[in-house]
Amino acid sequence: MATVTAAAPRTVVPGFLKRPGARKLLALALFAAILVPLADAHWASGTWPGALTVDVSEPLTKVSDWIIDNRDSHPLFLYFFGHISNAVVLCVRAVYLVLLAAGWAGVTAAASLVAWRVAGWRLAAGTGVAFLACGLLGMWVPTMQTLALMVVAVLASVVVGALLGLAAGLSDRMDRILRPVLDTMQVLPAFAYLLPVVLVFGIGVPAAVLATVVYAAPPMARLTALGLRGADKEVLEAVESLGTTARQRLLTARIPLARKELLLGLNQTIMMALSMAVIASVIGAGGLGDRVYQALASVDVGAALAAGIPIVLLAVVLDRVTGAAGEKLGEEPQPNNRTLWLYALGGTVAVAVAGRLAGRLDWPDAWTVNFAEPVNRGVDWMTDHLYSGVPVVGGTADWAGHFTTWVLDPLRDGLQWLPWWSVLLIVATLAWLIGTWRTALTAVLAMAAIGVLGVWKPSLDTLSQVLAAVAVTLVLGFATGIAAARSDRVERLLRPVLDVFQTMPQFVYLIPVVALFGVGRAPAAAAAVVYALPAVVRITTQGLRQVDPAALESSRSLGATPFQQLRQVQLPLARPALLLAVNQGVVLVLAVVIIGGLVGGGALGYDVVAGLARGDLATGLVAGAAIVCLGLMLDRVTQPTERRTKKGA
Amino acid sequence: MRIRTTTAVVAGVSSLALLTGCGAADMTKQSSPFANAQGAKTVTLSIQSWVGAQANVAVAQYLLEHELGYRVDTVQVDEIPAWDALSQGRVDAIMEDWGHPDQEQRYVKDKKTIVAGGDLGVTGHIGWYVPTYFAKAHPDVTDWKNLNKYADQLRTAESGGKGQLMDGSPSYVTNDKALVTNLDLDYQVVFAGSEAAQITQIKQFAKEKKPFLTYWYEPQWLFKKVPMTEVKLPAYKEGCDADPEKVACAYPHTPLQKYLNADFARSGGEAASLLKNFKWTTEDQNEVSLMIAEQRMAPEEAAKKWADSHESTWKAWLS
Repeated sequence: MATVTAAAPRTVVPGFLKRPGARKLLALALFAAILVPLADAHWASGTWPGALTVDVSEPLTKVSDWIIDNRDSHPLFLYFFGHISNAVVLCVRAVYLVLLAAGWAGVTAAASLVAWRVAGWRLAAGTGVAFLACGLLGMWVPTMQTLALMVVAVLASVVVGALLGLAAGLSDRMDRILRPVLDTMQVLPAFAYLLPVVLVFGIGVPAAVLATVVYAAPPMARLTALGLRGADKEVLEAVESLGTTARQRLLTARIPLARKELLLGLNQTIMMALSMAVIASVIGAGGLGDRVYQALASVDVGAALAAGIPIVLLAVVLDRVTGAAGEKLGEEPQPNNRTLWLYALGGTVAVAVAGRLAGRLDWPDAWTVNFAEPVNRGVDWMTDHLYSGVPVVGGTADWAGHFTTWVLDPLRDGLQWLPWWSVLLIVATLAWLIGTWRTALTAVLAMAAIGVLGVWKPSLDTLSQVLAAVAVTLVLGFATGIAAARSDRVERLLRPVLDVFQTMPQFVYLIPVVALFGVGRAPAAAAAVVYALPAVVRITTQGLRQVDPAALESSRSLGATPFQQLRQVQLPLARPALLLAVNQGVVLVLAVVIIGGLVGGGALGYDVVAGLARGDLATGLVAGAAIVCLGLMLDRVTQPTERRTKKGA
Repeated sequence: MRIRTTTAVVAGVSSLALLTGCGAADMTKQSSPFANAQGAKTVTLSIQSWVGAQANVAVAQYLLEHELGYRVDTVQVDEIPAWDALSQGRVDAIMEDWGHPDQEQRYVKDKKTIVAGGDLGVTGHIGWYVPTYFAKAHPDVTDWKNLNKYADQLRTAESGGKGQLMDGSPSYVTNDKALVTNLDLDYQVVFAGSEAAQITQIKQFAKEKKPFLTYWYEPQWLFKKVPMTEVKLPAYKEGCDADPEKVACAYPHTPLQKYLNADFARSGGEAASLLKNFKWTTEDQNEVSLMIAEQRMAPEEAAKKWADSHESTWKAWLS
């Protein structure tokens, strides 16, 4: 873009071409005028031409068969993957055994006491209540299984992420190589990570842990690198002048200076690991996610909720405790810090031993609350009364039906009706107008790759769901964001809600929408809207609030009404933030629309699920690759020239 | 600095390789990390998504836990991946299999990592069904040759101009797409996504007395709620479904089978023998299924209720 603008003033061009956007459009139009007739003459068809697809399913099936046949004999598996798999199983098992040996009382005590030391009394009480609630819901053992898996996955992610981050933080070359990869990994939906590991490791805990590590390590790496690079230059110089070696500088100055980023990375890694550990139930992770997955398969909302609540509680507790630890960093440590930690340790051991002596290691069956039945009765009542035929407003199923027939169907049919080259052209135009020619090129290539893989139609189906959900998200998000930016009270009310919503794993959103809208594409879109909304609201509010007060003041003095102020001053000035909100909205919506395959969302997400379900990894892998391409394309199309910080979990 | 780091990394990696790489690790012989924790004897059962299979697992789980003192883990795995998981020992048993000749060949005959666990006692049959109210009004719909006549009436938003043949979960045994092509039918196979979704739709259709054509199977508790009549497809002959692309015949009647992991079958003690002896009737299974699906009872309670009233049946399995 910079080169184009630099050349502009010297050439004589018609007025409208002075704008870079118009020039880009003109260039694209020229380009299209040459290529489209050619392409159309060769491969005239609405969908992606068959001549341009490559059938990869057969080689993939062969690979998959070969792996199954050789998994117990080939050295690659015996001496490499086998050990990884073994190590994972051993670690998870060890943690699980420790958790079980501590008993429910011991685990609860340990968690609350750690929370007390790290984050204070209130969070400690909250943590204790959260763990007891897991037990009350009859989910103690699944919670421990998820926790065991999480602990191993988070530790591995932190190690891997910190190593990568160190490399990128210390070497410019590594940084250049790693940064685009990590950036891209953060925008990809979690589902896309599942299949490759299943291909190698088969369904089960090792695959689940590894998928989680791959998903959760990037934020740690990014933030480590950021922390190391962002260290105060003057401090570093001062340290250097003391004649320290590079290693001393790293250990005594750079890492301590970066600890805020490191803790933030830990926080994000934990949240993403939890989110993934739950999604990975589709590939046999067991634990809480598996209960939700089982319940969703039989549309048993009560059971899904009983397993979903512990997930939410775990997420909120982990987020708050690590967040509080980050905030406390700068403060002076209390003088008797060490003794208090010892008290905490002693308390935990005492409670655990007491639990063991009382023979109460397992959560007593008598203490569980049958939660599923009343909820299901409520849901049944809802399906009977609110589902359809409610006077005036119509039932929820009617809304879902209308949304499907009036929004999703026309959009999907429209997209699929568009000639393939015009889709590419639209992608190129949008990406170039908002970003640079590089982003446009990536976007077009990604879209073309989808066609080459032979999943053009389902991808456009997914795309239509994403677009519809994004539109709804943006309307709601901008409206709420504007309201929150204009009124402090609204913002205060919204903040805790947004906080909780932002920490919840994607999987959990599927439960209420199934209860409300049944199964199909509409509920998938609805879940996506709810998931993406908090980020959009937050970014919009921040963007609007950061608008220079002087500009606002001067417009007010010119007699602008509040509406005029908003439209003519605030919104234009907040444009970068709004674009970022769009980008985030699109990325988050895609992630959930894909998971929507589990509740009848169809298209790509469904292909992944079906591929896993039928053991037909070829279908699943192709769909997974298409998801990656779609994610890339959507991110690049909406990517403002400058990227800013992103939402973590 | 760089050289030193590199040497350190190389040394670290190679020592790691030495530490771990000196023996072969067979990952096909790994059980779940959650199995047999704390000396508790654990059995992991694969649970499938249809209610009949849930009923099998619920009763087996109840008996294992309350009569034999095992801890039972259930894992939801779909049918084909379940075979893989079973061969690796991540699952100990599949309680209801509808016939997967490829997998049987690979794991039971070639690799010998899975052994047959005997009949479940229930015979399964897959077919195409229309609601009985529709079959009564149009008796000739029950022959596949007349299906094209009714394609118009069976059209929906999702089937795109053709009649809709509703399938449930893509993971279930199905030849429907091949059947529609090979029998030259003007129908589109629409997957509801899960059996639960399919049941919801069938119930909604039935409520409004609308016609529908669906992939369905016996034994199934839903027949008690929505009576359905089978559409006759070209008769099944041994081997007519050998090539999945060229199938043009009905589904067979399959005596449902149990399969056990080979190691578990050898050393699983009482649990393995209970699961091998587990054999009940279609009525028994339907009784439990109805309690779970229609009365919304927790599977555990449904199993308890059944076990309390059928003591003689399951006492025989314990020996």
